[in-house]
Parts: sequence; C-alpha cells; structure tokens
Amino acid sequence: MNWGSWQNFLAMGGYAVYVWGSYVVTFVLIVAELLVLARRKRNAVELIR
Amino acid sequence: MTAQMKWFWYASPQTFFPLAGVLARWCGAAAAVLCAVGLYIGLFVAPTDAQQGDAYRIIFIHVPAAWMSMFLYVLMAFWAAAGLAFNTRLSHMMASALAPTGALFTFIALWTGSFWGKPTWGTWWVWDARLTSELILLFLYFGFMALQAAIDDPRRADKAGALLALVGVVNVPIIYFSVVWGYTMNKGASVSLTKAPSMAATMLAGMLIMTFGFWFYGIAAVLLRARCIMLEREHASDWAGRYAKGIA
Repeated sequence: MNWGSWQNFLAMGGYAVYVWGSYVVTFVLIVAELLVLARRKRNAVELIR
Repeated sequence: MTAQMKWFWYASPQTFFPLAGVLARWCGAAAAVLCAVGLYIGLFVAPTDAQQGDAYRIIFIHVPAAWMSMFLYVLMAFWAAAGLAFNTRLSHMMASALAPTGALFTFIALWTGSFWGKPTWGTWWVWDARLTSELILLFLYFGFMALQAAIDDPRRADKAGALLALVGVVNVPIIYFSVVWGYTMNKGASVSLTKAPSMAATMLAGMLIMTFGFWFYGIAAVLLRARCIMLEREHASDWAGRYAKGIA
C-alpha cells in the first residue's frame, strides 16, 4: 500500500482524469457488453417460445 | 469414437451449446477473480513509476486490451478459415461471436492509449504506424459486423464475412511489429521494467494477471454470444425448443 489516504488514491498523483478516465470507461463498456448479451439471450429464448 | 470424430461431434451446435454454457461460467468466474487480484496489485501494490508518475497505471488495462484486440482477430480469422474449409456452421458462428468482443477490446486499447498518450507524450492522437493500424483493426471488426448484418442469407453472410476476416488478418502483424518499432521510438516514455527489480516484478505481475483476466473475460463473453447466435439461427430446431422450454 503506497497511498496513505483515499484522497491520494483518487488523485492518482495528479493524473486522476487520465487514469480514471481509462478505468471507468473500460468498466462501463464491459458491464454494457454483459447487459447486451443477457438481453440478446432473453430475446432469443422468447423468439423460440 | 476416434479423435477426429469427437472433434466433429463438438462442431455441432446442439452438443456445443451446453458445453459453452459451462465453460462460460467457469471462465467468467476466473476472469472476476483474476481482474480483482490484478487491479489490487496494479492500483495498490505496484509503486509509482519514477518517470511517468501514476499515469503509467493505465498500462494494467491498456496492454492486456491491446493484446486481446489482436489475439481475438487472429482467432476470428482462424474460425473464418475453418468455416470456409470445412463448411461447418459452428465455425462461422464462432467467428461472428468473436467480432463484437474484439471490437470492444480494440476500442478500449485505443481509448486508454489516448488517455495515456496525453499526459506522457502531450497528445491524444498521432497518425503513426501503431495507432493507425490499431484504428484499422477497429474498422475491420466493424466492417465484418456490418457486412454480416447487411446480407440476409446467413450462409452468404458467413462466407462474405469470412473472406473479409481473412483478408484483414494481414493487418495484425503490422500492428504487432509497429508496437516493437513504437517502443524503440518512444523509449523515454515507455515504462522501464529494468529500473528497480522489485518494482518491475509487481508491475509485470499486475499486467500479466490482468492479461489472463481479460483472456478469461473474452472467452466467456464470446461463448455467451455464441450461445445466443446458436439459439437465434437454430430457433426452429428440437434442441433449441427443448432448451427454451426447460428454462421457463
């Protein structure tokens, strides 16, 4: 552990915009893909029924 | 049953469908564990880089995503070639299932690369060989998906997509080798893995664990999509009907 406080962690040594801009977008896209897949599966099963 | 027959046994959607479901579950669980460990190492254990400060922490998603973007394209081209050679339905379904996840990782690689380039090189984008060929990779994925979506007959859509995937595979070595040239051009800005041994070890460990996490995520997402495609294309078959009723 090398941050000391949560404020320091979130600040990312002044690079917060770049680091969190990368991590948050990646996370949102992966969650979105999983939601799209779940919906596609539901629709496919509906279609068959 | 000979080995060859067994191979073709799993090449039928009916037999592959339940196997893909089990594999997707295990790969998804492995991805969650690996990414949790990788992020912990990358964000909490790995020290601040001497040259780049904390901006370098983008590496833990950027490099795994960039590797995945190329790896998934090669896999897609492999299944496309297998589909053309053996005319197996499942091969084309796998190629179709790979494209959106490949495009996703390509976009993540470009996005995070841009967010890393700005603080380290001072620019969001340059038209160098590496960035341009990675952008072309994104357009190849989009082109594959658009082409398949534009053709109504699934068999013709499969063949047209497979040809595009195969032609586009020449782009992958261009990206790969431009990365090698890119790192020699931008030596000052790249992460120094030789600076301090303990530092290099945690950075490398975090990056490799995230890479395995992204691998397992990619496999899980592709298998889940392959299951959707199998259900959609074989919606009139007995096995799909039994499955749809079974989960009611």
